[in-house]
Amino acid sequence: MNKQAQGSGTLINLRNSETEFGLVALVMHWLMAMLIVGLFGLGLWMVELDYYSEWYKTGPDIHRGFGVIVLFLLLFRLAFRLWNPPPIQEASLRRWEGISAVIMHWTLYLGIFVVIVSGYLISTADGRSVAVFNWFEIPATISSVDNQEDIFGSIHFYVATALLVLSGLHTAAAFKHHFIAKDGTLKRILGLPG
Amino acid sequence: MRKLFTLIVLLGTSSVWAADYVVDTKGAHASIDFRFRHLNISWLTGEFKDFDGTISYDEADPGASRVEVNIRTASIDSNNAERDKHMRGEKFLNTSEFPHAHFVSTRVESTGDGKATIHGNLTLHGVTKEVAINASLTGAGDDPWGGYRIGFEGTITINTLDFGMKMPPSSMVEMSLYLEGVRR
Repeated sequence: MNKQAQGSGTLINLRNSETEFGLVALVMHWLMAMLIVGLFGLGLWMVELDYYSEWYKTGPDIHRGFGVIVLFLLLFRLAFRLWNPPPIQEASLRRWEGISAVIMHWTLYLGIFVVIVSGYLISTADGRSVAVFNWFEIPATISSVDNQEDIFGSIHFYVATALLVLSGLHTAAAFKHHFIAKDGTLKRILGLPG
Repeated sequence: MRKLFTLIVLLGTSSVWAADYVVDTKGAHASIDFRFRHLNISWLTGEFKDFDGTISYDEADPGASRVEVNIRTASIDSNNAERDKHMRGEKFLNTSEFPHAHFVSTRVESTGDGKATIHGNLTLHGVTKEVAINASLTGAGDDPWGGYRIGFEGTITINTLDFGMKMPPSSMVEMSLYLEGVRR
């Protein structure tokens, strides 16, 4: 992979190199970050809406649609990651920092997966499918668990909250690397030259 | 001795009249349905799937009858999981805090012809109110399996605001109870 031509100047490769993230990884990271934070806010907001609000139906429709899209993005991202691993960690990272970063990344992936699947199991608890806008529908699979919508409703809320807290720690760690350790960890996920 | 025997027979006979019945929820020969207006356009219907009840019914003196029904509020089912979850939530039934709704009759006013007004206390959402159920006897008789059964239906309209719930899009909920009791 190090034989691969490095982007000259500001041009960014699609693939990751040993030192830089490629465009695919950068777009996946930031697109999913925006969608997930947006879905979290939308989710908290929509459940408090008044029945007569014009968003009462559209809010959840958007939430379900983008939720399914994030699942597809996650699956694509993981497949891409297997084929094209991320750059090696900054040399300045201590051993425990490197290990905890890897644990954090995989915990976030797992958290995203659990939140989306639990959300899907709420909406499909009565056997109805989940509509992704007017585009396509995901059919129900498991819909016979007792109190399914309540059980997975709790899982959805608590794991989503935990996911946001972990994302906060992940962000705090990036800032710590940038402002305190002054290494290139934050710059490289922004696609900026180290 | 003979007098005592007669007394026992008489007591035994009278207890046949004032018999205790268990609502046959096990065989699902009972249901508690509800409906309310949706946007003043149509009816939204649903049911409570998990409840139990007892009926004490005296054919000779229907006014001495007694009814008790206990509903697990989380068993609400309107055939839409997301709506059911919503109705179980804190703003409405709040089923985690108030897992049971309970009705116990205080006075049965027989209006003749197998009809009665059943006055009693309904506890819902932690609030107890006096309510009246319009009830009628739908039938009674031996079943093919050696038991004896009676059937009742009852209707009641409640205002959820009276019980501290603002249940959009309508606060008036009509409930129908169809109860088949098996004699103990």
